[in-house]
Amino acid sequence: MRVAVVGVGWYGFKPTVPELSFREMMFEAAVRAYEDAGVDPRRDVDAFISCQEDFWEGIAISDEFAPEPIGGVLRPTMTITGDGLQCVGQAYMMIKSGAFNVVAVEAHAKPSDIMSPQEIYEFSLDPNIRTLKISNPLFQAGLDAVAYMRRSGASREHLAMVAVKNKVRGLLNSRASHSAKLTLDQVLDSKPVIHPLTRYEIAGFTDVAINVVLASEDVARRLGDKHVWVEGIWWATEVGTGAVEWHEWGRMPSMRLAALGAYKLAGVEDPLRQTDFSEVEDRFSYMELLSLEELGLGGGGAHRMLESGYYNPEGGYPVNPSGGSLSMGVTLEATGLSRLLEVVLQLRGEAGGVQLKDVRRAVVASWRGPPTYTSIVAVVSRD
Amino acid sequence: MKSNIFVKDKVAIVGAGLTLFRRRLLETPRDLAWEASREALSSAGLTLKDIDCIVVGSAPDAFDGIHMKGEYLADGSGGFNKPVVRVFVGGGTGVMVPAVAWWHVASGLCKTVLAVGEEKMSHAYPHPQGVFAYIWDPILERPLGPNLIWIFALEMRRYMHVCNASKEDIALVSVKNKRNALDHPAAQAAAKITVDDVLKSEVLVWPVQLLDISPVSDGAAALVLASESVARRVTDTPVWVEGIGFTLDNTHWYNRDLAYPRYLEYAARMAYKMAGIERPWREIDVAEPYDPFDYKELHHIEGLMLARRCEAPKLLKEGYFDRSGELPTSPGGGLLGVGNPIAAAGVMKVAELFWQLRYEAGARQVKKPVHKAVANAWGDLMQAGTVVVLST
Repeated sequence: MRVAVVGVGWYGFKPTVPELSFREMMFEAAVRAYEDAGVDPRRDVDAFISCQEDFWEGIAISDEFAPEPIGGVLRPTMTITGDGLQCVGQAYMMIKSGAFNVVAVEAHAKPSDIMSPQEIYEFSLDPNIRTLKISNPLFQAGLDAVAYMRRSGASREHLAMVAVKNKVRGLLNSRASHSAKLTLDQVLDSKPVIHPLTRYEIAGFTDVAINVVLASEDVARRLGDKHVWVEGIWWATEVGTGAVEWHEWGRMPSMRLAALGAYKLAGVEDPLRQTDFSEVEDRFSYMELLSLEELGLGGGGAHRMLESGYYNPEGGYPVNPSGGSLSMGVTLEATGLSRLLEVVLQLRGEAGGVQLKDVRRAVVASWRGPPTYTSIVAVVSRD
Repeated sequence: MKSNIFVKDKVAIVGAGLTLFRRRLLETPRDLAWEASREALSSAGLTLKDIDCIVVGSAPDAFDGIHMKGEYLADGSGGFNKPVVRVFVGGGTGVMVPAVAWWHVASGLCKTVLAVGEEKMSHAYPHPQGVFAYIWDPILERPLGPNLIWIFALEMRRYMHVCNASKEDIALVSVKNKRNALDHPAAQAAAKITVDDVLKSEVLVWPVQLLDISPVSDGAAALVLASESVARRVTDTPVWVEGIGFTLDNTHWYNRDLAYPRYLEYAARMAYKMAGIERPWREIDVAEPYDPFDYKELHHIEGLMLARRCEAPKLLKEGYFDRSGELPTSPGGGLLGVGNPIAAAGVMKVAELFWQLRYEAGARQVKKPVHKAVANAWGDLMQAGTVVVLST
């Protein structure tokens, strides 16, 4: 039995959404997704899953606020604390089990409501590391960037090139509010934040609510021909946040394992040839290159491929044609869903200014961000 | 939702493990999770290498003061280079963990799953109740400074009023469960008490008194779930997960009929339908209804349709729910007796049924022959119902 994305809906993609609360944003996204799918949430949807984390919400049991805005009251509704793509993975399993036909997945982010995101990041560190009072809780990303550069031979310029590619591309995307017309020198000369990354190489925050409706094959075919198949999705955690000493620095084994799992389910052996483009993790510039290598999309070195223009929108294998997180922003637990949303729109031919020609199959990859080592990868295609 | 004859892979529980339930355990949350996991694995005769996927459950991050607690617990729960997800539906998490593990296996994507519930409440300072100050609607309710026991007191009072149940009737649950727990090696709050002791204990929020309520606990519990082919290989007595159910009601607890847990009835109907159970009051042999408060066990017995509305207090008085009764409930001692480390308590309830159905519960074993069992958990703002139906 195959699983399809039959509807998507979103609200926001702005640095701040002052007009609506997070619950109203969830409602707006849900209504759009159900309308897009042509389903009635009170009648046709078998289960609802929300992906959210308490500390981002500022509510000790944020699950309480999940059911109403998405139509899940007195229906099977639950929360997974993970990236939105992990929720898609759960929905995939639920439908594959044969017990569920239609599952709605929701993730939202309202970082503009958070007064001190840095402090929240600090709470995600191992309690023993936290006592060291490291002033920038994202330092682990810097360590990984340095280790990656040393291992692969990528230079500072290569990392900056990612930022330029994605930020400039985002100018064509109506959902990319952090896009900018930048040059390599501007990126390299801008304020350093975490060695070796400068401010333009670290994605900003964006408010959004995204809702994705998944269905089994027979339901998807009955609903119309807009569906996009989830051929495979898998996730992995390398180590817990309390065991960073076991992390393989300069690598992202969780992304590699997730990719192997997803490729196996999708029957993909050579992703660079069997898929047409990808939307991958790029909340830090180096992560796009590292992700590509772990996903098996790096060829003889992702930085060299980047330099040759192979990953450009008009290149041999477009990567982040939407502008990625660097221009769309980090949307907390909805980051993975933003990547999936862009891929679904591309495959349906609805991507507007960033539309690619003749694309049929894509890789979606997301990482939960520092200090975690959890990644999710999906292979998505259309008929 | 379809009946489970359409399900791809049958799912069995093949192992269970439990730590001590205590207040102020010295182990870290990761240590606790691993202790329970290791015991579950060894009881199934498996090692971590044999496990494909991990499902972790833990309630509010604020108890530990750790953001992304699922990521923190991952390696303690065996999540090295494995797929890990963390389930979170407030107090309902514990029973949701095996439910989520169920579809990991039923989908055919994982052959074996380690399902872990862990909670460490006691290092919230000065008291874990402080965490519950942040569960309310930030605009409408939080400024009023409500406390979780207040709203449960409202619910208990409403149940007493509608069902004409007295404090004495309800106290019998606490007496029964704490007595049952005397035979439980991990129990924190086992005691031989009388109805009078309950009625004379400190009043917290009328009508909730100290002995009406489960304690603050630390602990972890774990289960190993496997597909039919693996289960048949590793054990002669697999316990099948026949049905799962879950429901969330709306956030507005004050608009709800507090006397009856409708969300639980819906979740139970879903699970019974999957399990092909039409008359649960006849077909279920043993139950672990969620009992963080004594009235809650009665409430949940009715929600699970094991008794008619308002009938549970009467049946309790007749000994119907005793270990030697016709439908034993919380034979292991439940949350009132064994303790209430939130997510771990729900997993513990399913573990208890696993042991009961395999006749491995020792002194806690119920008198009657058992084939089918049901457990539930409850959470959020009196809105979450999670149900698992097991059989041999």
